[in-house]
Amino acid sequence: MPDQLLFALEVTANGLMAGVMYSLVALGFVLIFKASGIFNYSQGVLALFAALTLVGIQEGQVPFAHLINAVTGLHVTEFGWKVPALLAILLTALVMVGLAIIIEKLVLKHLVNQEPIILFMATIGMAYFLEGFGDVMWGADIKTLDVGLPQGINETLESVTDKALGYGFFVDNLDIVATVVAVMLVTALTLFSQYSKQGRALRAVADDHQAALSVGISLRFIWVLVWSIAGFVALVAGIMWGSKSGVQFSLSLIALKALPVLMLGGFTSIPGAIVGGLIIGVGEKLFEFFAGPLIGGATENWFAYVLALVFLVFRPQGLFGEKIIERV
Amino acid sequence: MKKTFAALVAAAITATAAPAMAELVVPNLSYRTGPYAANGIPYADGFADYMTLLNERDGGIGGEKVVVPECETAYNTEKGVECYEATKSDGALVYNPLSTGITYQLIPKVTADHHVLYTPGYGRTSAANGKVFEWVFNYPANYWDGASIIVKYLAEKAGGSLSGKKIALVYHNSAYGKEPIRTLEELAKKEGYELELLPVDHPGQEQKSQWLQIRRNKPDYVIMYGWGVMNQVAIQEAVNIKYPMENFVGIWWSGSENDVAPAGDKANGYTTISFHGTGADYPVYDDMKKFVIDAGKGAGAGDQVGTMLYSRGMYAAMIISEAIRTAQTMHGAAAVSPEQVRDGFENLNLTEERLTELGLPGFAQPITATCADHGGPGSGMLFSWDAAGKKWNAASDWIQSDGELIDALVAEDSAAFAAETNTAERCN
Repeated sequence: MPDQLLFALEVTANGLMAGVMYSLVALGFVLIFKASGIFNYSQGVLALFAALTLVGIQEGQVPFAHLINAVTGLHVTEFGWKVPALLAILLTALVMVGLAIIIEKLVLKHLVNQEPIILFMATIGMAYFLEGFGDVMWGADIKTLDVGLPQGINETLESVTDKALGYGFFVDNLDIVATVVAVMLVTALTLFSQYSKQGRALRAVADDHQAALSVGISLRFIWVLVWSIAGFVALVAGIMWGSKSGVQFSLSLIALKALPVLMLGGFTSIPGAIVGGLIIGVGEKLFEFFAGPLIGGATENWFAYVLALVFLVFRPQGLFGEKIIERV
Repeated sequence: MKKTFAALVAAAITATAAPAMAELVVPNLSYRTGPYAANGIPYADGFADYMTLLNERDGGIGGEKVVVPECETAYNTEKGVECYEATKSDGALVYNPLSTGITYQLIPKVTADHHVLYTPGYGRTSAANGKVFEWVFNYPANYWDGASIIVKYLAEKAGGSLSGKKIALVYHNSAYGKEPIRTLEELAKKEGYELELLPVDHPGQEQKSQWLQIRRNKPDYVIMYGWGVMNQVAIQEAVNIKYPMENFVGIWWSGSENDVAPAGDKANGYTTISFHGTGADYPVYDDMKKFVIDAGKGAGAGDQVGTMLYSRGMYAAMIISEAIRTAQTMHGAAAVSPEQVRDGFENLNLTEERLTELGLPGFAQPITATCADHGGPGSGMLFSWDAAGKKWNAASDWIQSDGELIDALVAEDSAAFAAETNTAERCN
């Protein structure tokens, strides 16, 4: 097989994996938009906050240590214990549920029946608040996140492809784990929404708020539920991205990678977030591989948006989005 | 109620009032928030702590207290300019914004307003030419010096010649990241190596394409000009593809403890260049501990002392304070003006003896500045990351950049700037 074709295959495989990572972020946006019509600007910051909290709990870090030290003159930084990764993840998930309750009580409850743009602006405010709050709570230094996920080249795949094709493919173990987790997550979300009572209530709210309210579904409970699930998805995304680069404030910028995925896949479709991610991941990587060297490289950021825009021209609602039909 | 309100307003005005004119005002345009906070914090702490040390131990510089008003830029150019505008009328003497983007915006402003802009190891490289850039100083080394020193180091590593070798440059796709390209291209002609350019878009969290290319093309060496998360991801990706860490060299903005931490032990051997020493073994830290950290007057939690970026912030503060001291001696006044501080920068003579007196023996190379030379010696040292010891070990002696090549490039670029802005050459 020609070298260029082998490289293109390797790039495609890595593009698919990168796409899964983008999808993990996009999923959080979709969940909230689907259930409440809110474009949650703070989804990237939620991932950052979740990852910061996870490392903080795992490392036994004292929250608000800088503030406590500044006010009291003490020098406390750590409790002196380490929490096992799984327990820390569970505790962080609980924190995210607590955060969802607070968001509902302090922000969303007061904005019922407001225009979507008002809710969008509220999430912008939440993003800035949470970023600052995370900073004060856990500090702004870069934290190493280690929950035991494997990283580095998958040697089995490298060896198999080397024997079969004469060229060992590179695929990162972390990306493989992310793919497995994403499949599990989507399956769990689908089962939840199809077969559980709360899931059906969530779908009812997504279809028609008024009708759902009229049959006794609590909108406030659904909002807490959906923000909790989005918080958990943010935690998963934070773990995957944070394992790669360390947990730091630029983690919130991963949201930028999710936007073209949403534009392409549609804001209301969970499968759309996955398929959109895969198309964006492969598209941007192949474009960089073939066209990057000719036009100076660094094409991935803008090409993802160009690709999404091209899809939008033909399907404004995205690949899997619901077609909006307005009758006069 | 009205009285309470009036008292609060009065207190607020007092708290934010401009410093008394007799004080030496050196604003700290820092970033403790945003995506680059992890790098901005240790630098800002080192800068502020050194000034606090001078105040607490020596009563300031030449008997004048130093005031360091801090303004948060979040590494955002617009905010950086706002910080400059907000502080310039408070008697500010010198600015050090730790951002090439902010520096480019401030060059015309400081030139018009007559404030010194000190940008060690960053900013506009050709500002090394004092004949054109009267108010800007970037000694002891600039981006082009850095590229040249790294190439010299790699040549030495390769047994004296880079002929026939391949070097890949992984760079932040911004004005900063593109700075070394011309120098590396010129050096490629001279040294006979092949240069491959691999830009990474901001912020650099996804670099799979670049590192797959490196894995395929197998360059002998990789040079990185990155900042923030780009550095950490690049080092992790290099680990993932099993690229030999000792052949991976970062510019000084790609070589802090933050950058190697996420990759853990596998970052062992990653190499960076620096224009100053690192670690807390210098005698100055005894005083720093006594007068600043233990006294609870440190700018941060004290956990960054001696790290690479803390050392760099401290280096910048040390140079600024020495320039102010020179200005005081030259003009026979303790309360100096920005113009006099400019003279201090242009006449700075930082010797090894003076560095020893300051408690920083061997920390940096001596500097003898002149009206024309705002760029300094252009030398640097390579450090290799020791993951087990969690410290940077010296991997070379001080290496001098290719002066002949760099001077010519500086002259060319500064001449273009002078023509574009109708700036008359000075120092003739």
